[in-house]
Amino acid sequence: MKRIIIATVQDRGGVLNRITGMLNRRQFNIESISVGASDVRGISKMTFVVEVSDKQKLEQLTKQLNKQIDVIKVLDVTDKAIVTRELALVKVVATNQTRAEIMTLISAFRADVIDISKDSLTIQVTGKPEKVDALISLLRPYGIKDLTKTGLTAFPRGYQPEQGYSELNSVSAHG
Amino acid sequence: MKVNANQEVEVKSNLVTGSDLLVQALEKAGVEVVFGYPGGAVLPIYDALHRNDTSFKHVLSRHEQGSIHAAEGYARVSGKPGVVIATSGPGATNLITGITDAMMDSIPLVVFTGQVAEQVIGTDAFQEADMIGITTPVTKYNYQVNNIADLPRIVNEAFHIATTGRPGPVVIDIPKSISETVTINDYEDDFYLPGYQPTVYPNPMQISKITDELSKAERPVLLAGAGILLSGATEELKQFVNNWEIPVVTTLLGLGSYPGGDNLSLGMGGMHGTYTANTAIYESDLLINIGARFDDRLTGNLQHFAPNAKVAHIDIDPAEIGKNVKTAIPIVADAKQALNVLLQQEVNRGDYTKWLDKLKGNQKKYPLWYDRGDNPISPQWLIEQIHEKSNGEAVVTTDVGQHQMWAAQFYPFKNPDNWVTSGGLGTMGFGFPAAIGAQIAKPDHLVISLVGDGGFQMTLQELAILKSQNLPVKVVILNNDALGMVRQWQETFYEKRYSHSLFSENPDFVKLAESYGIKGMRVSDEKDVPEALEEAFSYDGPVVIDCRIDRDTCVYPMIAPGKGMHEMIGVTK
Repeated sequence: MKRIIIATVQDRGGVLNRITGMLNRRQFNIESISVGASDVRGISKMTFVVEVSDKQKLEQLTKQLNKQIDVIKVLDVTDKAIVTRELALVKVVATNQTRAEIMTLISAFRADVIDISKDSLTIQVTGKPEKVDALISLLRPYGIKDLTKTGLTAFPRGYQPEQGYSELNSVSAHG
Repeated sequence: MKVNANQEVEVKSNLVTGSDLLVQALEKAGVEVVFGYPGGAVLPIYDALHRNDTSFKHVLSRHEQGSIHAAEGYARVSGKPGVVIATSGPGATNLITGITDAMMDSIPLVVFTGQVAEQVIGTDAFQEADMIGITTPVTKYNYQVNNIADLPRIVNEAFHIATTGRPGPVVIDIPKSISETVTINDYEDDFYLPGYQPTVYPNPMQISKITDELSKAERPVLLAGAGILLSGATEELKQFVNNWEIPVVTTLLGLGSYPGGDNLSLGMGGMHGTYTANTAIYESDLLINIGARFDDRLTGNLQHFAPNAKVAHIDIDPAEIGKNVKTAIPIVADAKQALNVLLQQEVNRGDYTKWLDKLKGNQKKYPLWYDRGDNPISPQWLIEQIHEKSNGEAVVTTDVGQHQMWAAQFYPFKNPDNWVTSGGLGTMGFGFPAAIGAQIAKPDHLVISLVGDGGFQMTLQELAILKSQNLPVKVVILNNDALGMVRQWQETFYEKRYSHSLFSENPDFVKLAESYGIKGMRVSDEKDVPEALEEAFSYDGPVVIDCRIDRDTCVYPMIAPGKGMHEMIGVTK
């Protein structure tokens, strides 16, 4: 099962290496990691998408994360009401014949063209992984020259309903 | 402007180097002894040791691995953190085995490694090694000091992290440019570790679940691990066990947490544990684990581990609970605090009479056994003799292998913190230097280092410390001219193909000892053993005794790899 886990960490030297090293050593399968500053100085947030085989393995993962001296808080947000976003940059082949077509296509995804050259377009798309992947598969027939994704970042919503939200947050289409 | 001469002197005396700050921080931490070895990148630190009249002493080893195992032995016996200094590069990498050993067995260490100057870090400079990268997976935490103002705080933090919660090793990597920098002596060492707040006190609701289960249980067993020793909870454990009359199985590292040989003690569990201990766990309906981590050498095949038991697990490290064994009652707490709350509960035990009778019967029917020869010496009998001649009160350190298992089986420890062995990592070469640290921690105590001829040769250069520090350690070599445990596995599982496990050339250990100025003895005949041990143990100084033991003796009983606790071999003759 895929899980989305947010770790709040103290921003000390080597903290990313420490955590990814531990996950690798203990054979956890990481699909993506995104790391960035929080609004508190010295505190960063890491969002992991991990594939774990069962509940016991998931429990081990959160415990091992918590055990790290630099980790302040670990939150498994998979079953919460959350907002998730990912950003992708796609450089796609674009000729005079296809350029307009591609631009129309991506507008439905509220994606932006951020660079244009003689034979290519660079597109920036932000959204849930499903949306990002859907656009990428639509662009593929034109010829993707380069692609990069940031990995998922997530936030619990301000309002948390009583029921679990696991289905809403399904990230199965991702990856 | 007139300069006040007194003022100027004051300003001058307030100038120190990074190394002086380190010395001060060690003194403030109450360090008594530092185990180390000098080298280029720690020259400023060693100069500060020379310059300052330090309140701690420094013990010079002959190899950094000797320093760190000595520090481990010291920590294990004294309950205080072991402190080690080594230089950069090879000095630091020579510590890795000891750091990993301490990590596996939860031994508090604060390890200082020199580093090349900051200006050349990352350039593959002479004797540069990335100690943060190398030690991250094998330390509880590690630091590189990149700003001299951080040094006092980092040292203070390191001692806190190493000794609290689940103890472990902390490495501080100090670039030479930091240790030689001249600075003012005016830095705070206060720290704030928001991500590190170990849970010490148990949830009382969870504790009462244990006593509820105990009142319903028919076949309870208590598994006592090293956590009991680390939290100093042996008295509390004794009281709890006696109040409830629960039989106790000890882990290898937990030996001494409950008095071996006591009425309710079933001995050690695991691969070479007693039949009674292992079958008790197998048949139990309630297993209370305090401070053990369900290591695979204890559990055997997990499918057959305590299949009918409800498991309660008390551990200060939440990540150990539920890691290997499904746990019905998880309790995150320090063992001593958990036992204190357990002791407050009303004693309302179930009827364990039949259970205790059965276990008594098993103990009588399936005791530990061995074949007795005369020449060479039967190793198990030798351990029994050592036990007798030391009144069961010696501090015993071991290496890894057959002799370690025989010591665990045949030297019942009645007191805590007298047993120093490498459990998790299984480090050959550990036992002898560990005895050096143990003797420094308890200068007036009889310290016996049981080693094999294989492991002893990995770190025997530290005989030089015995001489220089005049430490009366008694080194007993169980010499079978072989890597006994490897040989045993080759005999049992590889159809007696003894690939590289038999030594054709061993040094003359008596002459070797004598060359270090240490008394050397040799015994080959059982009839000479009692007298030789008496002579060695009463001798005022270090002794090395080369005991010629039988090569073909195997450690039994045994749970073969992959087998369950109920499938022991070699239970009877």
